[in-house]
Amino acid sequence: MDNSILRRRRHELIVGAVLLVAVALLPLPIKDVYTQNLIIITLLFAGLAQAWNILGGYCGQISLGHALYFGMGSYVSTLLYVQAGLPPSVGIFFGGAIGGLAALLVGWPCFRLSGHYYAIATVVVGEIGYLLFLNWDYVGGATGVYIPIAKPSLLNLQFGKDKLPYHFLVLAFAAATWLAAWLIEGSRWGYSWRAVKDDVVAARSLGVNIFSSKMAAAAISGFFTGLGGAIYGLYVGYIDPDSVMAGHFSILIALPAVLGGVGTLWGPILGAALLIPLKELSSSFLGGSGRGVDLMLYGAMIVIVALARPQGLVSLFGRRRDGSA
Amino acid sequence: MALLEIDGVSKSFGGVAANVGISFEVAQGEILGLIGPNGAGKTSLFNSISGEVTPDSGEIRLEGKRISGLGPVACAERGIARTFQVVRSFESMTVLENVMVGAFARTAHARTAMRKAMDTLEFCGLAERADRPAWSLSPPEKRRLEMARALATDPKIILLDEMLTGLTPTEAQAGVELVREVCRRGITIIMVEHVMEVVLPLVSRAVVLNLGRVLTIGLPSEIVKNPDVIRAYLGDRYAAA
Amino acid sequence: MTLETVMQVALGGLLMGLIYALVAAGLSLIFGLMDVVNFAHGEMMMLAMYAVFVIWSMTGLDPLLQLPIVAAVLFGLGVAVYRGMIGRALSVQFNRGMVQIFVTFGLAIFIRGAAQFVWGGEFRAVTNTWLSDRSLNMGGVYLPLPQLAASLVCLAAFAGLLAISRTEFGKALEATREDREAVALLGIDRDHIFAMGWGLGAGAVGIAGVMLAGFYYVGPNVGASFALIAYVTVALGGFGSMTGALVAGVLIGEIEAITAAVLEPSLKQIGVFAVYLAVLLFRPRGLFGKL
Repeated sequence: MDNSILRRRRHELIVGAVLLVAVALLPLPIKDVYTQNLIIITLLFAGLAQAWNILGGYCGQISLGHALYFGMGSYVSTLLYVQAGLPPSVGIFFGGAIGGLAALLVGWPCFRLSGHYYAIATVVVGEIGYLLFLNWDYVGGATGVYIPIAKPSLLNLQFGKDKLPYHFLVLAFAAATWLAAWLIEGSRWGYSWRAVKDDVVAARSLGVNIFSSKMAAAAISGFFTGLGGAIYGLYVGYIDPDSVMAGHFSILIALPAVLGGVGTLWGPILGAALLIPLKELSSSFLGGSGRGVDLMLYGAMIVIVALARPQGLVSLFGRRRDGSA
Repeated sequence: MALLEIDGVSKSFGGVAANVGISFEVAQGEILGLIGPNGAGKTSLFNSISGEVTPDSGEIRLEGKRISGLGPVACAERGIARTFQVVRSFESMTVLENVMVGAFARTAHARTAMRKAMDTLEFCGLAERADRPAWSLSPPEKRRLEMARALATDPKIILLDEMLTGLTPTEAQAGVELVREVCRRGITIIMVEHVMEVVLPLVSRAVVLNLGRVLTIGLPSEIVKNPDVIRAYLGDRYAAA
Repeated sequence: MTLETVMQVALGGLLMGLIYALVAAGLSLIFGLMDVVNFAHGEMMMLAMYAVFVIWSMTGLDPLLQLPIVAAVLFGLGVAVYRGMIGRALSVQFNRGMVQIFVTFGLAIFIRGAAQFVWGGEFRAVTNTWLSDRSLNMGGVYLPLPQLAASLVCLAAFAGLLAISRTEFGKALEATREDREAVALLGIDRDHIFAMGWGLGAGAVGIAGVMLAGFYYVGPNVGASFALIAYVTVALGGFGSMTGALVAGVLIGEIEAITAAVLEPSLKQIGVFAVYLAVLLFRPRGLFGKL
């Protein structure tokens, strides 16, 4: 059996594999720490944006409070290490699990809300989480938690000054989220969500019931977001509510997907590749007075892309799946 | 036992009675026509059968079990499929993908759904269009797509809402053939049409609705000669003729 | 706990609640009219507050006198936002719901960044106005005049919105809300109505902002925290319902005041959010809303 769908899917896998190898080899010629860091952060956000995309883009539930799962993932993994000595190589998956669980808990009452109501609910829930962690002494409150520097080891996922292992870790993370999105796109869920977005009445007449699949999307999205949060905590060595749970972080997670193209496979990656270097470069150039300029930049970009090219920038490259340009 | 029983179904919308006390049965494997002038309540009844709408009173039973009030998804699961009067294709998808959505009603595996969808497209004569975007199809092709998509759900009953309306004679003939093929596959069909010449040769029985009520039920040959039916369609002037 | 304390808390909550009600009313108006949640609502209010600050620091003009000026500016801003962006967002072919959310959200971020850029991140305050540091003593209960004035003005503005709804224009607004498609047939220019709706919504939140500047700090993040309360208020009251905005606003104000008194001030939002979650679970369409 062969048709355009199968051909496209094969094509995507090949491109994905080539990209994976290329990015894996990328740090070899690069020796300066700044660029290495930039690549790592970009990859992390590519993965986070793709995780968001699974729920927000494919499934169509726009979450503006995803930082909650990111934050909970980092806190759980970090605290398990700091308080209970659980090695981070295991702990990060606990972080992911908590992220997934939290997403399920939020999703269950909220999914029956339509578009804007849902978005607002996620903002409020995210804010609640932020305030809770800010005022909770056990998790360090506003002071946050430091990850003690240990001897470099794979178990502890600490590597001293060497950034290369983190590069591979984050690349694996990004690749995993991409693969999850690829699998979902070709699955019954992917088709169901697209059908509902196109014409909910027709979809229902064909037996498409999406509540349970929305929950699955939330769990997967939350899991990867939490996982990313845990990895981020390890990499940066310090977490606090303002850096991992605040509202602006929710925006940062969703932004690459919106820019690149929600509901597309490459959109989040393209978006991250454009946005993160832009953000880092602008804050280096503009330094202290750059406060606010990055926000103005994001804001303007969101509005322009949303109005001029709502399918995202990825639509500039090649035809849309259905043959239209 | 009849496959589908409509039992005293009534439905009003904002004070307007769309269906009043509709009762009839549909036997397994038959092609039943649901006809009547505009505004007779045909699509409204379809909506009750397919679960879009819940009747105000009365019941609809499939294989003896109540399906009225369960909603469209549950009805689809139990084997009711339908097409819509104004075609509702998934415009962002290809023809094949559209039908796959239907096929996914019975399987969770993408490959199986794909194969099923391809087979259904072949059956409906749309196999060559499989990779085309749905919006690029001609209107009669879009109707076939609706049919194919509904068939992919492996239904027990398929409700066709004016599938043959507005087609050229050639297209209509092809459509009639397709309906006969579907029937030959053992699927029960209820067709809403208001163009009598097309539907009466095709159906085994017909239910005539007028002003929300059942006017008469019978064989096509009887319906055509029924003065009440003629009056309902054409008005009193022609009844005497 | 004395009677005075209880009254103090209750009245304090009422005063803030009326301000919340006006902010929510603006949001609800826009939503009821065209199904768009203005995620930049809080930031618009913040701009009004900065406008007051700037005018005051340059000319010493009291916020009360600035009211008509700033309200008009915000009205104009609302119309401009509609004409420049929202109108376009409404006619997008692809992903319309998402586009609406992100356009106003992007605007909010932009405005917040711009405020930070122009005025920096520190808080400003408007001081030494006619009303500041003065309060009314009603038998042991102190009502600070800025808050009292704010709540009265907001109540008046709310009444104003209701009065408008009874005029020809208001009827046109209501008609457009009921059936967007049909009004075109009646010769009502939908686009114009929408623009006016945005103007009114922004003007309302501008009035709230002006009065708020009389006693609240002015900073780039103020908009966000008030916006949050506004969303919760509108969700509680019901999207699209003016009555709902009023009732919910007062309720939220009271809940906040009580939580601050019973727990501690920094946790006052918890009570509000708890109410929101309860509404979400048990009555998603809010007290007076039609989902």
